[in-house]
Amino acid sequence: MSQDHDTQHGAHSHGDHAHDSGAHGSLRDYVIGFVLSVVLTAIPFWLVMARPLSGETTALLIMAFAVVQVVVHMIYFLHMNGKVEGGWTMTALVFTIIIVVIMMAGSLWVMYHLNTNMMPPVHDMRQMP
Amino acid sequence: MQSNTAAADPTARYYDLHEHDHPEGGSTMLGFWIYLMSDCLIFAILFACYAVLGGNLAAGPGPKDLFDLNLIALNTAMLLFSSITYGFAMLAMARGDKQKVLLWLGITGLFGLAFLSIELYEFQHMIHLGATPQRSAFLSAFFTLVGTHGLHVTFGLIWLVTLMVQVNRFGLKPANQRRLMCLSLFWHFLDVIWIGVFTFVYLMGMLR
Repeated sequence: MSQDHDTQHGAHSHGDHAHDSGAHGSLRDYVIGFVLSVVLTAIPFWLVMARPLSGETTALLIMAFAVVQVVVHMIYFLHMNGKVEGGWTMTALVFTIIIVVIMMAGSLWVMYHLNTNMMPPVHDMRQMP
Repeated sequence: MQSNTAAADPTARYYDLHEHDHPEGGSTMLGFWIYLMSDCLIFAILFACYAVLGGNLAAGPGPKDLFDLNLIALNTAMLLFSSITYGFAMLAMARGDKQKVLLWLGITGLFGLAFLSIELYEFQHMIHLGATPQRSAFLSAFFTLVGTHGLHVTFGLIWLVTLMVQVNRFGLKPANQRRLMCLSLFWHFLDVIWIGVFTFVYLMGMLR
């Protein structure tokens, strides 16, 4: 009985510790996150405003920058890691990402085919009176 | 004692006589994170709508006619600054420095207010040009997506002011620290959503 209680207490304080270290972060974390975010925001804006590259390359690049910046925010501002709350926040995040990917990919795929198959032939509204 | 009860009546074994210790607010952070994930799904749906409808201009004005990237860059900077100042407030909270917490929360609030003002100015400018939500599917999807984000920032600001009053009156007690950590997640989460907005709506819009 007492042993059981001890184990429980041990597990609990361990959980608290992980929780604390995950919640605040440090000045270093925030500054690194901020500098990275500024760089990762400035480059896409510059790419679109100055247009040194072709449209398609620019589009792919700015999407890549957005994904990297989301990860940077998750790590340095939201202090995500696999240990916070015993890994449950990470589990919830991964689950959400799976749902979002299925939904986005599905919607775009279905609607793209719907548009190409159902739309009447080119019918440019701009040229209508 | 537990074994006696169990021996006398086998069914008693299934009752949780010694309930585990649930400290107040022990599960708040996980619960709030799960709320944020559900919020993430709302935004994902709005992003999907925008991706599907964003090209349907109905001969109305398109992204290139309406968006001003300088304004969006300024807006993005406001939100990014508010993120790091909120981080400084959290660091001050970890040190137990109440005055600094209030100062940084105040600065965060001002950046948030600047973001909202610029966004409202942009909306007002668009509506003035006749680009109202009713004009085309693109504009309906645009106003719904960006407006929902703006609404979140508005509620974040109300929450921020409420917490400033709370911290000022009751100090950095554990309950207030927990609330500040929840708002921290919420505020940084809104910045993450904004990355998606400025990339997919504004930057991609200018490329189309």
